[in-house]
Amino acid sequence: MLSVKDLRAEIDGKEILKGLSLDVPAGEVHAIMGPNGAGKSTLSYVLTGRQGYDVTAGSATLDGEDLLVLEPNERAAKGVFLSFQYPLEIPGVPALTFIRTALNAQRKARGEPEITAPEFLKLARAKAAELKIDFDMLKRALNVGFSGGEKKRMEILQMAMLSPRFLILDETDSGLDIDALRIVADGVNALRGPDRAMLVITHYQRLLDYIRPDRVHVLSAGRIVASGGPELALELERDGYDKYARAA
Amino acid sequence: MAAVKQTVDHVRSLEKYKHGFVTDIDQEFAPKGLNADIVRFISAKKDEPEWMLAWRLDAFERWLAMDEPDWAKISFPRIDYQDAYYYAAPKAKAGPKSLDEVDPDLLETYKKLGIPLREQEVLAGVEGAPKYAVDAVFDSVSVVTTFKKELAQAGVIFCSMSEAIREHPELVRKHLGSVVPVSDNYFACLNSAVFSDGSFVYVPPGVRCPMELSTYFRINAENSGQFERTLIIADQGAYVSYLEGCTAPMRDENQLHAAVVELVALDDAEIKYSTVQNWYPGDPETGKGGIYNFVTKRADCRGDRSKVSWTQVETGSAITWKYPSCVLRGEGSSGEFYSIAITNGRQQADTGTKMIHLGPNTRSRIISKGISAGKSTNTYRGLVSAHPKARGARNFTQCDSLLIGKTCAAHTVPYIEARNGQSVFEHEATTTRLSEDQLFYAMQRGLSEEEAVQLLVNGFVKDVLQELPMEFAVEAQKLVAISLEGSVG
Repeated sequence: MLSVKDLRAEIDGKEILKGLSLDVPAGEVHAIMGPNGAGKSTLSYVLTGRQGYDVTAGSATLDGEDLLVLEPNERAAKGVFLSFQYPLEIPGVPALTFIRTALNAQRKARGEPEITAPEFLKLARAKAAELKIDFDMLKRALNVGFSGGEKKRMEILQMAMLSPRFLILDETDSGLDIDALRIVADGVNALRGPDRAMLVITHYQRLLDYIRPDRVHVLSAGRIVASGGPELALELERDGYDKYARAA
Repeated sequence: MAAVKQTVDHVRSLEKYKHGFVTDIDQEFAPKGLNADIVRFISAKKDEPEWMLAWRLDAFERWLAMDEPDWAKISFPRIDYQDAYYYAAPKAKAGPKSLDEVDPDLLETYKKLGIPLREQEVLAGVEGAPKYAVDAVFDSVSVVTTFKKELAQAGVIFCSMSEAIREHPELVRKHLGSVVPVSDNYFACLNSAVFSDGSFVYVPPGVRCPMELSTYFRINAENSGQFERTLIIADQGAYVSYLEGCTAPMRDENQLHAAVVELVALDDAEIKYSTVQNWYPGDPETGKGGIYNFVTKRADCRGDRSKVSWTQVETGSAITWKYPSCVLRGEGSSGEFYSIAITNGRQQADTGTKMIHLGPNTRSRIISKGISAGKSTNTYRGLVSAHPKARGARNFTQCDSLLIGKTCAAHTVPYIEARNGQSVFEHEATTTRLSEDQLFYAMQRGLSEEEAVQLLVNGFVKDVLQELPMEFAVEAQKLVAISLEGSVG
């Protein structure tokens, strides 16, 4: 699925990713953990094509297709989805309108017909119920006046409705209480499947109790410095990142 | 972002002002320049009664003594008022009686503009869709007015101003200039002297006008100004909704449009006036050409509990100088102003409203959304005032500005005067830049950059769009998108 090789990227001339390599095969969930400033969010932005992040070397492909030459929306149409650490407020645009516009834009890019209004509403009702989101909330402007937990749930709802192939969760647990965390994790787990892969970026082991990763990678100073099974997350929880900070 | 650049270039090539065609028809002009004889010429062309000519000549005398205002935040070279035509009319047999007698080229023009001039086209619309009565003004002359019979049955008068002067002199004499006095300002005064045509509406007491009324204004002739005059009177308990649309061909010279609109609302009457203004904005790169839109619009809420609502979507013109206002005279009368002003390229807009609270318990509401892109300047200028007798006056004002790109400017200049201790005025203002974060967020979800801008901008202007009559809201939404195409990247 995703293959990243020797990726180097900089912001304003400052190198953040310094030769990062990573493989996430289809059907797997990989966690990326690491201290602040290690380049976790930069990785998610580089993979999704945010402006201002300049790739200077290396490659990133999805099923062999070069991601780095594509626009952000083209990557989205290929199935790349980022659940934002800080979801944006979109004043005046109801959540339903936003999601439907996005879904149809993706469908159009893939040469598929637009979703009909009844189909769309049916889908939205079903997914909102699964995530315990009050349907009326979807008629309000997206994320405007929503609590931190509501915004994160809205990200997962968008994810569920857009049905991406490669999912990046950037600090999805931050700002969530334990109940909300469980609901969000259930939503994410429901999307696990043999055709999908996920990259879960987090500071803390806590989220990984709910979303069990197949592999855990430690990102430090712009590179993957250690990889292992789920037990690596527990070790990090116990010993901290010090050892890896030095190794980098 | 090479792909985006390509898209933007592509869109830009398509973006050429789509109403920029010229209709080649026989025109009749008054001699170039402006003097008392030209005023007489115009009046004679229109078979006007003596009192009308006297009114015009008086206005002309006063205009000579006035100076062009210079307080607005706009800049343009001095206008040579002697270098323009003040009367241009399509040459036709005297007064077309029906659509069949109208020059087919003219009808073709309106067809290009997508105007539902022919009644069957309107009727061919969706089952149950409302009908629109249309008055079309081509340069200086009102070409045709539709649905007259049906309106007459309801007692509604909807005709060109020239016709109203001939057929309903008592109404015209009583109300013309009663809201915007002859010498109110430089451009209104000029209009009073040389106004060519425009629309006239009278809705009798207790009548709810059975359909939307609309006027389409089109400037076609070269070097000519358009000075239309609109007068709408809603008698006691009457209701009318009126919409005007404006377009012009692309020309290298600037053309002057100095209209005057007067609204009179008597007791319990309500007037809803919507404008979708899309005059040619000039060349986006050089700023060459385009319409100077210097317009005076004012409503007199003369009666108790009367209500006037202005809604405007301003996307065109090289320069817009326009402040649709409400004089809230009647007790408990109310005024509303909803505005979307979009400037792109080298456009300049200085627009806003005045809410003059004279009567007790009067209310007003102002929602202004300014969007600046390219190298444009967009200024909101507004006045809210309460006079000593306006006890219990209330106003709510919200002015939001959205900046797209780094070379445009937005200004907000609100004036607030409360001359009694029992008024409550609220003012909120925000200025935001269309954020890269929001754009990226929408693009990450699958929207192209253009689609993302459109979605975000439509969200920004939603409060105002929903005030427009439904069919026009859709049109306006498209217009908003077209006006901003190529504004990012």
